[in-house]
Amino acid sequence: MDGIHDMGGMDGFGPIPIEYNEPVFHAEWEGRLYAMNSALGALGEWNIDAGRACMERLAPVVYLQSPYYQRWLYRMENILVERGLVTPTELTAGTPEGAAREPLSTDEVFGRLRASRSARVDQPVEAKFKVGDAVLVRNIHPVGHTRTPRYVRGRRGVIDRDHGVFIFPDTHAEFKGESPQHLYSVRFTARELWGPDASETDKVYLDMWDDYLDAD
Amino acid sequence: MTNHDDHSHLSDTELRVRSLESLLVDKGLVDPAALDAIVDRYENKVGPRNGARVVARAWSDPAFKKHLLEDASAAIDSLGYTSTQGVDMLVLENTPSVHNVTVCSLCSCYPWAVLGLPPAWYKSFPYRARAVKDPRGVLREFGLELAPEVEVRVWDSTAELRYIVLPERPEGTEGFTEEELAELVTRNSMIGTEKAANPNAGDS
Repeated sequence: MDGIHDMGGMDGFGPIPIEYNEPVFHAEWEGRLYAMNSALGALGEWNIDAGRACMERLAPVVYLQSPYYQRWLYRMENILVERGLVTPTELTAGTPEGAAREPLSTDEVFGRLRASRSARVDQPVEAKFKVGDAVLVRNIHPVGHTRTPRYVRGRRGVIDRDHGVFIFPDTHAEFKGESPQHLYSVRFTARELWGPDASETDKVYLDMWDDYLDAD
Repeated sequence: MTNHDDHSHLSDTELRVRSLESLLVDKGLVDPAALDAIVDRYENKVGPRNGARVVARAWSDPAFKKHLLEDASAAIDSLGYTSTQGVDMLVLENTPSVHNVTVCSLCSCYPWAVLGLPPAWYKSFPYRARAVKDPRGVLREFGLELAPEVEVRVWDSTAELRYIVLPERPEGTEGFTEEELAELVTRNSMIGTEKAANPNAGDS
């Protein structure tokens, strides 16, 4: 979706907020939220693409006004309801309506996280492109999740390397299958993306799936 | 507007997080002991020192460096830093003529398993917005001024592939042990916003 999360190239956010010697978590609740996210992830009720899609559905003004882990909180509440693990009433009341299940133990959580599979798919899928091919990123505007940022759509690049076959996030995010296909590192010149005032030597690389690309 | 108020909603948010944790525990969806263990893992066990050891090994051992550049996931696993994130790794080598820098403009993808959790600036809107369009301006804010003829390569992390920059080995480090070399490898040098520390400049 053409959401606020797609920030590449936007102006107006100011300087980089560099903090030296920063702690891992700036408050205890951030750590609890981070841990809840990992432990819930181990339940396997959603995948990483669905989690990102849920974040992207936050209203733009909420997204912009909320610090990082606060966005995680809103996303967690929303996806728990969407996946039917928690009801809106339970969220409001803070108490469960039905019987409790047996939670995963610490060892089970870590075991499942360690065993979580890569997005690489071990299937023989034919590649549409080879290293060195000129490609044009499709001018697509899907209403659902996509990993093709606006700033590369309609731009020309070159296949720099073929990473092999990977899960396609656009369908996976909506629980519509893995649609395994080749994933490439695509090289763009800074001038192709940002115009004649950009550096003539600099490059930008993005990982792009077959379904994002046409031959140029 | 976005980066200076990270704590202003603390009390409301803290209550909401506590309420959510209590609900999830009562429903049997999470075990508080598992949450404690996950926090401990990221606060005390996983962090950029792991990545620094990978870089120091690559600086010391040409065969390992070759393996790292060809198959980063396998090379990193061979040192015992197995991924808990289920992603493949890619290592990008800096040279005198090429400088790599990594970003995730769409969210905040980062090699957690090897570098720990990302710094707040990496997740910030200014970094996500600007790194792809104005990398030299961003690097300047980190104190790194690159000559115009140096090629800047920005890697925008759109897939389940995580990037680590292999910084240039600083001059004057011949004879350093791997442990001494690892001390020079800063987190930011593996993201690409700094060079490795120069032991002769007194800033290591």
